Amino acid sequence: MANCLRRFGRLGLISKAKNGKRELYSTTSVSPASGDNTSSTKSINLFTAVNQALHIALDSDPRSYVFGEDVGFGGVFRCTTGLADRFGKQRVFNTPLCEQGIVGFAIGLAAMDNRAIAEIQFVDYIYPAFDQAGDIPIVNEAAKFRYRSGNQFNCGGLTIRAPYGAVGHGGHYHSQSPEAFFCHVPGIKVVIPRSPRQAKGLLLSCIRDPNPVVFFEPKWLYRLAVEEVPENDYMLPLSEAEVIREGSDITLVGWGAQLSIMAEACVEAEKDGISCELIDLRTLLPWDKETVEASVKKTGRLLISHEAPVTGGFGAEISASIVERCFLRLEAPVARVCGLDTPFPLVFEPFYMPTKNKILDAIKATVSY
Amino acid sequence: MSLIHRSSSLLKPLAAGPASLLRRSFSSVTDDDATKITVETSVPFTGHRIDPPPRTIDTTPKELMTFFVDMARMRRMEIAADSLYKSKLIRGFCHLYDGQEAVAVGMEAAITRKDCIITAYRDHCIFLGRGGTLLEAFAELMGRKAGCSKGKGGSMHFYKKDGGFYGGHGIVGAQVPLGCGLAFAQKYSKEDHVTFTLYGDGAANQGQLFEALNMAALWDLPAILVCENNHYGMGTAEWRAAKSPAYYKRGDYVPGLKVDGMDVFAVKQACKFAKEHVLKNGPIILEMDTYRYHGHSMSDPGSTYRTRDEISGVRQERDPIERIRKLILSHDIASEKELKDIEKEARKEVDEAIAQAKESPMPEPSELFTNVYVKDHGVEVFGVDRKEVRTVLA
Ligand SMILES: Cc1ncc(C[n+]2csc(CCOP(=O)(O)OP(=O)(O)O)c2C)c(N)n1
Ligand SMILES: [Mg+2]
Repeated sequence: MANCLRRFGRLGLISKAKNGKRELYSTTSVSPASGDNTSSTKSINLFTAVNQALHIALDSDPRSYVFGEDVGFGGVFRCTTGLADRFGKQRVFNTPLCEQGIVGFAIGLAAMDNRAIAEIQFVDYIYPAFDQAGDIPIVNEAAKFRYRSGNQFNCGGLTIRAPYGAVGHGGHYHSQSPEAFFCHVPGIKVVIPRSPRQAKGLLLSCIRDPNPVVFFEPKWLYRLAVEEVPENDYMLPLSEAEVIREGSDITLVGWGAQLSIMAEACVEAEKDGISCELIDLRTLLPWDKETVEASVKKTGRLLISHEAPVTGGFGAEISASIVERCFLRLEAPVARVCGLDTPFPLVFEPFYMPTKNKILDAIKATVSY
Repeated sequence: MSLIHRSSSLLKPLAAGPASLLRRSFSSVTDDDATKITVETSVPFTGHRIDPPPRTIDTTPKELMTFFVDMARMRRMEIAADSLYKSKLIRGFCHLYDGQEAVAVGMEAAITRKDCIITAYRDHCIFLGRGGTLLEAFAELMGRKAGCSKGKGGSMHFYKKDGGFYGGHGIVGAQVPLGCGLAFAQKYSKEDHVTFTLYGDGAANQGQLFEALNMAALWDLPAILVCENNHYGMGTAEWRAAKSPAYYKRGDYVPGLKVDGMDVFAVKQACKFAKEHVLKNGPIILEMDTYRYHGHSMSDPGSTYRTRDEISGVRQERDPIERIRKLILSHDIASEKELKDIEKEARKEVDEAIAQAKESPMPEPSELFTNVYVKDHGVEVFGVDRKEVRTVLA
């Protein structure tokens, strides 16, 4: 799997970014947990950033644990490399192949005031654990534990990490983006980073957040995205969107790997004189409506883009909320450029994907509505 | 854990057939050849809550030759798939079956196409066993129209309805309850057919497996749960993941049988036995002790979590094709050269199938939107630049 990540150069922008374009790498509010603001940075890729965050999490809290399928060996994407050696097999360990068990176990561990950091090998395999996520596996267990016990219990120390999204040829079961399912579950947080620096800071925040969090990592970017990342311990705020490009004609909202595609579209649109504002939502649940609202009030137009199928995608929620808040300021219908309403295809992935040209088309159509 | 433990003395014929058998050309081995050969399985079966079948099994020169031909073709197909992958003609995920051929071939020899088989993603050879062609296999691997799933499934999703093959499934363990559903339908229609549900040693730890077992036992379904224990789930050795790696016992109240999955005769005997058993008594687990030579998938070199000695030891001591080769030679059914020629022929067949598969076009772009529902709903769809493909599907 890891190999295939190297082969695909969809992210022209990531490399260009090094030559001075800043779309994806504006650095807001890096708030060092340690208060040390002078930390040096190093150029690393996204899986290394995740790995650093896990090292710091385990190092800074002796009650934290990392486990999942093959994580003791470093995991399929190398995110957990070196952890077992450094922190021991008691705290970093392999589980059997049993996702529902993994997440249920993690909820129990977290209920005893520990930080349980569970890895699901691919987000496509999270469904067996879906029940667990809600309340304590994800949907029925984790999300509702605090609520149904009247705050006696919770699994706030739970963080579930899983790689999501397209990689070029992952096919039906190594490409999906299921974030919308989880955004329908009050009680959990859903966070998706766009770059190495974001990944490290957001992951540390998720691990330390007193609520259960699912953290979806864009696997396309594991190796492709490289950025200067502070070496120290820092956290980035949850539920705070970030404006990563300012503009006046239209607001674009996205998250994760899709932002790099949207950023390319913004650059193209600029050549046609259209000024785009690009927002990284970062936390999808609970999401930062205010930042999006303020932007749309300024631009009067909104486009949302995600890889997941358009129908019932999280774009629909954003669209509805913003129409409620900005109805009189909107100058065009909200545009959604998303995955098609088909299973994620093995052949014709480019047709399925919300590509740059599709976004560009929608930008032009919306601006000239 | 010793994987290399088969004594080769077992390869000696138990009972030599009639004298007429002495050295004939294998081409004279015909359908009505009544010559009987009795062989003994490599090791005894081990039963759990059941008396195992006998170790001896009758065969014929024709069957021996068929086993050789079928397994040689499968082996060649997988090796060719490996090179096609490396030359980027196959993309995505691809899991090879070489080493495990005796399971596919032995199982097929014991059952009919009215019996169902359902498996995980390591499905190429099961598909061939069910009557699929090399062309359909390679075309599917390369995402072409002529593929068994019209190029839309790829390596992990081979299917063949008319051969009773319910396919290749990507989510580990998910096919096991499905197999119970198939078996229920068979039982309900009062046909004497059964379902073989294949899963790996890694999958054996999934909760759904136990849910499926309970249902199958509760309703006495004609379901045979075949655990293809190749001793690793990706990079994880069985003992790292399972408190009890005696998978044939893990049904507790469901009987089980441990079988040498590298011995096609043992597999055949076990499957025949299991079929009779489940039609009368409800489910059984067959644990096939087998081995995959390749890594888990194409991105796994397969050598970091096991030693090269282990792999070459299995190849030397237990290879399913070599076992049959030795039997054929010791019974003087064909010469070394004739067997070599068969392997050459397999290579040729595979090469021809690949050439043909390459000629097959990609599916039409509109195929992206078909088969989502029975009748595809009227969404407007468009290609990369909205002009390339734009159609409203009614
Ligand atoms: C639910 C689920 N979890 C994880 C995976 C990733 N995965 C694919 S194959 C595999 C190992 C399975 O091993 P085993 O069942 O022994 O079958 P084998 O590959 O040896 O044939 C894993 C972990 C998956 N496909 N589905
Ligand atoms: Mg296995």
